[in-house]
Amino acid sequence: MELTYSSIIENKHITEDIYQMELEFENKDVNPGQFFMIKSLEGSYLLPRPISVFDYNGKTLKLLYKVVGKGTKIFSALYQKEKVQVLGPLGNGFSLEDIEGNTALIGGGIGTAPLNYLIKKMKNKEVDTYLGFKNKIYSSENFEKYSSNLIITTETGEYGKKGFITDFVDWDKYDTIITCGPEVMMNEVIKIGIKKKIKTYVSLERRMACGIGACLGCSVKTLDGMKRACKEGPVFCADELVIEE
Amino acid sequence: MGNLKIDFLGKEFKNPVLSASGTFGFGEEYEDIFDISRLGGICSKGLTLKPKEGNEGIRIWETPMGMMNSIGLQNPGVESFISREINIMKKYNTNIIANLGGNTEEEYLKGIELLNTSEVDIIELNISCPNVKQGGMAFGIKSKTAYEIVKKCKNISEKPMMVKLSPNAENIGDMAAACEEAGADALSLINTFSGMAVDIDKRRPVFNNKYAGVSGPAIKAIALRMVHQAAQNVEIPICGLGGIASGRDALEFIMAGASLIQVGTANFMKPDICVDIINEIEVFLIKENIENINEIIGII
Repeated sequence: MELTYSSIIENKHITEDIYQMELEFENKDVNPGQFFMIKSLEGSYLLPRPISVFDYNGKTLKLLYKVVGKGTKIFSALYQKEKVQVLGPLGNGFSLEDIEGNTALIGGGIGTAPLNYLIKKMKNKEVDTYLGFKNKIYSSENFEKYSSNLIITTETGEYGKKGFITDFVDWDKYDTIITCGPEVMMNEVIKIGIKKKIKTYVSLERRMACGIGACLGCSVKTLDGMKRACKEGPVFCADELVIEE
Repeated sequence: MGNLKIDFLGKEFKNPVLSASGTFGFGEEYEDIFDISRLGGICSKGLTLKPKEGNEGIRIWETPMGMMNSIGLQNPGVESFISREINIMKKYNTNIIANLGGNTEEEYLKGIELLNTSEVDIIELNISCPNVKQGGMAFGIKSKTAYEIVKKCKNISEKPMMVKLSPNAENIGDMAAACEEAGADALSLINTFSGMAVDIDKRRPVFNNKYAGVSGPAIKAIALRMVHQAAQNVEIPICGLGGIASGRDALEFIMAGASLIQVGTANFMKPDICVDIINEIEVFLIKENIENINEIIGII
């Protein structure tokens, strides 16, 4: 983990409120599921934003992000060659060795971003992918390329199958499930995963101020006490989490 | 070269820049980012006698040039601190300030007894945390209540004691004087302002506790005014904090009466900002031909 200032190679609009930023970031070890704290250098707001790794090739880092507030709105207006403050890679990420047996990735919306880098890193492993979006599908190329089976839903039915992605998963087929997406979706995956005794890994999204374990803003209740989403997470095994109803 | 050394409560500080409680853990999280021994001191995460899990729900919220937090003093407890976390802090060759909070008088007193046996340099008595349901800030609103708790704590403390004041005190000048009269060796101010945010979609407060502590550059001007008022009212030294994010900010607090300053929220903006602040202060002294930083403390 280090603090650097990286140049933007490209910052493009993907669809609706989704953007992709590509940064110079050479020769680092970046694991799927890890994230970066990113901040623009203009000083009109305070906190860096945690953004997960969408792709990394040893030279450039791709971050897929959704404009949800002031910080990400400012990101979306940044130009090529501008520098941004980059802190990372942070967090534990997915452990590729722990992914065993028949495996499914279940992603929702912008939560599909970390799964994109994961599926690329899983290489020869066969994996089914389930992606749920609200109305538009985006950034699904790697999933099309690397998935054995790919099912995509939109809530509106505009693209893919109509409905929630959790209604289309062939649960009994899997030994391991990896999920990232909106809290409602992940809670559903966790519930079913635990009930069906499937090894379920979740990548949590939390508000955080520091990203390095100091502020305790992202604490998560686990059976083993409070853990920090930024440090011990963001990837947790579902059966260690205390899920509040 | 400008001399940044400060003598504060009989301890030597290599410079006046400390990391503020709750923004710096026990130091180790920042170890990969910069050389922590550059700091004048580290204020520990707010400790309580027993470990605390902290508050449920959203804990962090950004405001215009500020933030709100409702962590609720999640911490490992004083005993763990003495046996484990303090050893991390000791590695950094800087002053160790243990920030101690509590819900009851008894908790404060027991906490101090334990800290007496430890290697902390200074106890920062936190009578100003707005994020716990009982105690905490309640001790720091009325001067009389603060006087009583500070006096009892001071009676048994074998460590120099710095009392951390709340900006929510009824009158900051009176509060400062009351703490001095009760025997406080120094004051640190200010802790966070009590604030609120509403989730308009859910039609309820963002924080489970309704109110949370506001910090960051947004509150700097008010913090500075309060430090100045306190400094006018007491003889004991002051450690100033509240929204400091640059060397210039730090110098404002120093000129207004602070011998030391703490950097809090700004650590989240740029995790090595304390180093920038130390360097900026030094450059200022050189540029202004000031031989020793003590020359400008409280000159306003």
